Amino acid sequence: MSDTSFTGRLRSFADSDLFYSFRRSKTTVIASIALALLVFLAVFAPVISPHNPFDIAGLNLLDSELPPSWQEGGNPAYLLGTDTQARDVLSSLLYGLRISLLVGFASVILAAVLGVFLGLVGGFVGGIADAIIMRIADVLLSFPAILVALLINGVMRGILPANQQDSAAIVVLVLSIGLTNWVQYARTVRGSTLVERQREYVQAARTIGVGPLRIMLTHIMPNVLGPVLVLATINLGMAVLTEATLSFLGVGMPATQPSLGTLIRVGNEYLFSGIWWVVIFPSATLAVLVLAVNLIGDWLRDALNPKLR
Amino acid sequence: MFVFLVRRLFQAVMVMLAVAFIAFLMFRYLGDPVNNIVSQDATQEQREEVRQRLHLDDPMIMQYGRFVANAAQGDFGMSYRNSRPVSALLAERLPATAELVLVAALLSLVLGIPLGIYTALKPRGILSQGLQILSLIGISLPTFVTGILLILIFSVWLGWLPSFGRGEVIDIGWWSTGFLTLSGIKALILPSFMLCLFQLTLIMRLVRAEMMEVLRADYIKFAKARGLRNKTIHFRHALKNTLIPVVTIFGLQLGGLIAFAIITETVFQWPGMGALFIQAVNFTDVPVMAAYLVMVSLIFVIINTSVDLLYNVIDPRLRADPTRASGRGA
Repeated sequence: MSDTSFTGRLRSFADSDLFYSFRRSKTTVIASIALALLVFLAVFAPVISPHNPFDIAGLNLLDSELPPSWQEGGNPAYLLGTDTQARDVLSSLLYGLRISLLVGFASVILAAVLGVFLGLVGGFVGGIADAIIMRIADVLLSFPAILVALLINGVMRGILPANQQDSAAIVVLVLSIGLTNWVQYARTVRGSTLVERQREYVQAARTIGVGPLRIMLTHIMPNVLGPVLVLATINLGMAVLTEATLSFLGVGMPATQPSLGTLIRVGNEYLFSGIWWVVIFPSATLAVLVLAVNLIGDWLRDALNPKLR
Repeated sequence: MFVFLVRRLFQAVMVMLAVAFIAFLMFRYLGDPVNNIVSQDATQEQREEVRQRLHLDDPMIMQYGRFVANAAQGDFGMSYRNSRPVSALLAERLPATAELVLVAALLSLVLGIPLGIYTALKPRGILSQGLQILSLIGISLPTFVTGILLILIFSVWLGWLPSFGRGEVIDIGWWSTGFLTLSGIKALILPSFMLCLFQLTLIMRLVRAEMMEVLRADYIKFAKARGLRNKTIHFRHALKNTLIPVVTIFGLQLGGLIAFAIITETVFQWPGMGALFIQAVNFTDVPVMAAYLVMVSLIFVIINTSVDLLYNVIDPRLRADPTRASGRGA
């Protein structure tokens, strides 16, 4: 019966409960459209953005601090106005969105891979390895995520030589957010692994002499990944927010390679000179992005929770 | 109860020792402490001499022991950046953060509980639905964006409230307080509101959910059947049971408030410990980072332990002592 061609799979997805519950929830549909739009803008930022904010030769200081084009004194060439150095706000915003999403996705992937692996090891191997992993997880969980991320960030900046800090900023951010957020994945996966390893198929694999690593990765892992997807969606919002916060605090992306958080920090310095558009537009973009991801995450959690059906 | 107390205290001490160990590793191995003391062109012999004078060539376990002993007496060495004792730096920043967190915590309770009760009792009212939507936005907006919006509206456009600093402070002994001057109180309003907003929405939603659940319970129906007045039912019977989880969440979130004070202090240039910590992260001022870590962990551990103990007192079902739980020990 099952049709494995692409259109067949698409059709069976369209008939599924999940898609039905998706269509029924208007907020989720709107949130998905908003997120898809933002991702599209971020991916094609170099093509879409009307100016290149990093091309210093293209900047004309006479055009600095222009208000958005619909306000008095605005220039139609700069839809959302310009900042104090005549950079187009819309263009910096698109490039910033790109970096924010990149860091968000990368750190969620890092956290998920690390968490799933440690959870599998803890649940399957047990003993001392399990005890060590879970104690570290407990300690990490008892501190707010932002504090742990700040601390890892600070330590890594201490290790790096000063002249490489800016170029390595994106890696430092991904590591500090990823290393903070693996705990939830590890706990969930460990719980389901403890159940799965009692099952007959695992015993069968052991009997015919399959090695432990292979049992974990090819036999157990596919069966414990479901909840990980939900966690990853919910976590994406958190990761984007943490990145923005670190950049806002001045320990994230440098001003030469700004993310949304950096743009807000820089714009915040000019708040009192009345050029509100430099700070409001990145803030609004960030808020919409986080809200959209959170709404989708909440819906996915409820839709996949059999208790709420 | 006694066994529980001892076990809980033992756990707390273990966590603190672990945190102190991380702080010690940072302190000892993040950059060479000797390099931060001697001049750039010091000879190898001079470096060795400093190393021996500071006992940095001792076995690691002895160095760790000395670090813990010093930390317990509040001695975290000198800040690399300010060349002043770290303990003095922290002590002069502590009052600002403590007052900010205290006011934010109180605000979240004083506003959150009544709003939660109201939305639970009138779930279909326009005000309730508006509050629900506002709370969703409040949770989704990044806290620093809320802070910037508050500054933009109340400081830049309306000009009612100051946007940075603590205003005028009065020194009482070593503690400097902003509670006693008008400018101090005005300066507190925006930061404490920004800091409490997340917790406020959390408490409001929690009280609402718990209250709606409790109102469906049998004993509430009986109270109604007995003909008690609504006010008595809602506030004497329902509210009491609603507040148990609020205590836990509130306690756990107090730690979150201290962490998020870092962001608030940056937005409002509030001269507290969080701002000091951010500077330390920016300049890799390891002694300050290590001291902040140990100090904040100590506060967290104290809060978590007291919440656990308090919970034990409030909710008799949770008493760990088996004789009590079965009702014989009382």
